[in-house]
Amino acid sequence: MTDAPTPPPTSAPASAPPKPASAARDIWQQFRTHKGALFGLIVLGFLIIAVMIGPYIWIPEKLTVAEAIKLKNQGPSWRFPLGTDQLGRDMLARMLLAGRVSLAVGLVAMLIAIVFGTLIGILAGYFRRLDGPLMRLTDMFLALPLIPLLLVMVMLFRDKIAGMIGPELGAFLLIVFAIGITSWMATARIVRGEVLTLKEREYVLAARSIGARPHRIIRRHILPNVISPVMVAATLGVAEAIITESVLSFLGLGFPPDFPTWGRLLFDGLQYMQVYPERVVWPGLAISLTVLSVNYIGDGLRDALDPRIRGR
Amino acid sequence: MLTFTLRRLLLAIPTLLVISLVIFLLVDLAPGSPMSDIPLTVPPDVRQKMIEALGADQPVFVRYVLWLRQFFWVEPAYLFDSWFGTTLSEGEQRILSWQSRSPVFTIIGQRLPQTLTVIGTAYLVGVLIALPIGIYSAYRQYSLFDQGGTLFAMIGFSVPTFFSGTLFIIIFAVWLGWFPTKYDTQLEVVDWDTFWEQIRQMALPVMTLGLANAAAISRYMRSSMLDNMTMDYVRTARAKGMTERTVVLKHVLRNSLIPVVTVIALGIPSIFGGAIITENLFGVNGIGAALIGAIHASDLPMVQTLAFIFAVLIVLFNLIADILYGFLDPRIRYD
Amino acid sequence: MKMRAALLGAVAALGIAPAAFAERGADGEVKLTFPQAVSIVNPYLSGGTKDILAAAMILEPLAVVDPDGVLVPRLAVEIPTMENGGVSADMTSITWKLQPGLLWSDGTPVTADDAVFTWQYCTHPEGGCSQATKYEGVASVEAVDPSTIKVTFAAPKPNPYTAFVSGLSPLLQKAQFEACLGAAAPTCTDANNMPIGTGPFMVTGFTVNDTVSMTANPNYRDPAKPAFATAVIKGGGDAEGSARAVMETGEFDYAWNTQIPPDSQAAMAAAGKGQFVVAFGTLVERIEMNMTDPSADLPEGERATVKHPHPILSDIKVRTALSKAIDRSILVEVGYGAGGKPTCNIIPGPEAWASDNPACLTQDMEGAKALLEEAGWTDSDGDGIRDKDGKKLSILYQTTVNPIRQDFQALIKDWWTELGAEVELKAIDPGVFFGGDAGSPDTFQKFYADVEMYANNSDNPDPETYLGQYQCKNAPSPETQWQGENINRFCDPAYDALHAELTQTTDIAKRQEIAKKLNDMVTKDSMVVVPLVHRGTLSAHSNTLGGVQINAWDMETWNVADWFRVK
Repeated sequence: MTDAPTPPPTSAPASAPPKPASAARDIWQQFRTHKGALFGLIVLGFLIIAVMIGPYIWIPEKLTVAEAIKLKNQGPSWRFPLGTDQLGRDMLARMLLAGRVSLAVGLVAMLIAIVFGTLIGILAGYFRRLDGPLMRLTDMFLALPLIPLLLVMVMLFRDKIAGMIGPELGAFLLIVFAIGITSWMATARIVRGEVLTLKEREYVLAARSIGARPHRIIRRHILPNVISPVMVAATLGVAEAIITESVLSFLGLGFPPDFPTWGRLLFDGLQYMQVYPERVVWPGLAISLTVLSVNYIGDGLRDALDPRIRGR
Repeated sequence: MLTFTLRRLLLAIPTLLVISLVIFLLVDLAPGSPMSDIPLTVPPDVRQKMIEALGADQPVFVRYVLWLRQFFWVEPAYLFDSWFGTTLSEGEQRILSWQSRSPVFTIIGQRLPQTLTVIGTAYLVGVLIALPIGIYSAYRQYSLFDQGGTLFAMIGFSVPTFFSGTLFIIIFAVWLGWFPTKYDTQLEVVDWDTFWEQIRQMALPVMTLGLANAAAISRYMRSSMLDNMTMDYVRTARAKGMTERTVVLKHVLRNSLIPVVTVIALGIPSIFGGAIITENLFGVNGIGAALIGAIHASDLPMVQTLAFIFAVLIVLFNLIADILYGFLDPRIRYD
Repeated sequence: MKMRAALLGAVAALGIAPAAFAERGADGEVKLTFPQAVSIVNPYLSGGTKDILAAAMILEPLAVVDPDGVLVPRLAVEIPTMENGGVSADMTSITWKLQPGLLWSDGTPVTADDAVFTWQYCTHPEGGCSQATKYEGVASVEAVDPSTIKVTFAAPKPNPYTAFVSGLSPLLQKAQFEACLGAAAPTCTDANNMPIGTGPFMVTGFTVNDTVSMTANPNYRDPAKPAFATAVIKGGGDAEGSARAVMETGEFDYAWNTQIPPDSQAAMAAAGKGQFVVAFGTLVERIEMNMTDPSADLPEGERATVKHPHPILSDIKVRTALSKAIDRSILVEVGYGAGGKPTCNIIPGPEAWASDNPACLTQDMEGAKALLEEAGWTDSDGDGIRDKDGKKLSILYQTTVNPIRQDFQALIKDWWTELGAEVELKAIDPGVFFGGDAGSPDTFQKFYADVEMYANNSDNPDPETYLGQYQCKNAPSPETQWQGENINRFCDPAYDALHAELTQTTDIAKRQEIAKKLNDMVTKDSMVVVPLVHRGTLSAHSNTLGGVQINAWDMETWNVADWFRVK
């Protein structure tokens, strides 16, 4: 993805100079006309800003345990806009704090998986000699049982990484790495399948016959054409990463147990679903909104990057 | 294509051997012990004896070689014996689960039917829903139908099965009382009544899984169709006066299937691998539930055998996908 | 009790059913569901309680323990005692008499040889029998005559009711298991999954980790029982789902181990289809204090060993302060509701064995703070965290992944923070935590943390073995591959001496007195173990299922023969 021919359009409006000829600006123009994409961008931006500055603005009351317990399982009110949990903790404050981790993990782990998967997929699809080894490696990762793999990673690396860069950053790195390393395979296989047909297309053959280097062919002709399945994989990846994070915390791989994340709030709320349904609604809604907005951004990006649509 | 297939099949043998070794070492290295479920009232020396009785104290390579022998010689021999009444496997030790002391293949045999009916149906339902949604959504991009389909897909995969499953139970079993919450694995379909009973008890797990499967596949179908809808050949086909139906279903669809075939090929082994959470939630005794149970109990022979069979299926279906690519796009060559 | 046994015997002998009793099999099917599925029906090879619960419906011991903790004869005519001559005066042997006319479910007679065989089966060095402690100290088991079993102990045994008592050590049929001794034990799949027993039911179908199907045993000694013709145990899912299937959808009659939040308990009970039942044994959720230094700076091999005492927790004042800061009634309210009670003992029952020790039940935050001040822990740099000699009062608190335990962690962290401590929480996969893998840093035996929380219990109303855990020699260390039950490495020669005295004492009142003293030594006197909640086993049964008597001292299915359908 770092090789992408254009910078991500989200940064374009601020940084790009107003040259109509600029590809980035062109893409942004197209992107802007896509209502869904704009909506996605606004929602995701809102979520990111909310979790970034929210915990500084919304500071929950300091209550002793005995006081808090009396306020447990409350519905939404002015005092607790999203209600309280089974220990009387303010859900809004927890949701905001949780969003930091979940959004960061979801987006970063998705990026790792997508970049890695696309790279492997393109290399395997384009260079016949690499196809065998890389695809067998993919098969192996697909076949490895996930939980023992994660448990082994925790056992071998958690304390070492935590010792080097502190427990929280260490946990973040380990989680992102663990999710990334276990979710790139589908992307790799899909991209490879696409590349296999793309590289036999006339324009690629033409480029090759005039002596274009593989590096350039991949950048100019292959990569833009695999973008749409990659976008779908990215959308799926965010949701999966947020949920996987909550699974990891059950194995003791995640953040300390008092550290909320959306996935964990959702899972914790599950046993209260019948009695206090709002406990699962908030984290569920947050995850769905994130995924939905990433999906629409992906849609808009795909349209914006397609020269045939852009021209119209 | 035939030589390609044969070469890949031959190459699969060493690949699978390496994979089996990696899985074995991984599962062995993972922390945990087959004794973790035993109450704390059982003292350490008794635990040690139990571990020795399982053979779990042997060096890892001894156990690996033993497993290889059991998997590739004893189990096939046992199967051969049971078909032809020979005595090849007499006195040989089959692969025994540490958790239940039952032969692993007996357990797989008990669980395969449910896995295939429930998970298989769910997958089939998922694909059958996803393909039309994906195709029509792409054909009428940004229509009301497309937006609805998008919302459906987003909910489908942003909501984990542990959530949607529990929600379905509360709505359809607790409030409405339409379906049972626990799958009765002893039910035999002999007449219309039991058939109806079977349909009812399959409804909730199939719904839960079908939703999750359909969501992902429909997105890939839609995006791939969209890519192809704007291609020159589509314009040419339309210009030739072909009906929309032919254009979409013959030309565009065929060219759009490559990523979809990949996704489905990736998904089919997971039918066998089962849907761990859903199976657990509804008490469907599928392979997935067995695998997760075995992993939590550090039941190495069971985990190893299941993971290896899973690996075989993955390699096999990825090969099938590669062959299908060749049919969908004859320009793809592998040699 | 004796009266009842006599009555049963009379009924069996006469072969007629009293009018009050229904006919065998008249009530159709009884359906049970367990959150964990049954793996094997042989309790001697079992991996957990779930299997033994199922086995207890099929296999029977000579005597069981009733809900009050009292022994009741099952296959035996009566409980042998010193008074009736069944236990020898020097306490080195016990002689059991089998009821006359007992048959296995295949119609063959039950003899003393079967008991002798069961002993050989479980004590075979290669068998890996999980109930080996039940036969510990047994020198021999002989068949004096076909209906008389004599168990001889190597040394005087004050509590001779271990072998063949309770669902944990039932009789196996010699004919069926003869070829399954020692190394062959795991290979007898059919016998392990469909054992022939004397109980009210017999297995007709078994799918591993899923379902056990049973029908009434045609040769059961009481011709009127069981009331149910068939029984099914369906396993899998979670506590939530099991409870729901009984309490809300009514698909099942009985659900074992339905530990769910108190709020959900109330909501489910409101559906009116069933009820929760609870029984209190000795299960205590506790915080164990690490007496050794778990610091990662120490070299591997010395970390968390007795070589290095804990820098903070070695001081009894700190331990006491940490205990005083906890409000146990809030913990019960949040986590267990009716399924728990606050406690300060590791032996909370039976009543005669429990020490009167209510001191910790009221929270005393000010007292706790004063204790810390006294011990020299003050907040000298004003950051809200107490320190002493440049060392911060910082505590790593670990437990397993479990929603209730995480709630406890959050609450206790709040209290300890109020006290001026810095608390880091950690939750570990239970399979790893209890797995005892010497290679993993996260096992509860290694205890690479300052405090840890879990639950433990005594499997016998007599806590001798249970209390033996805290002897010096049982401390886990690298030399023992980190195996050992003295988790906190508590070591007090006076404790060891008193426990040795307990093993020699025969007088029951004296035993109870010593046990109370031992309990106090690890709890209120030293605060090495900080008990939190006395947990009951919470199960649910349908309103249409009668005769359920939940039992914490034996298997919950102990009286399944008496269950019936309420019409």
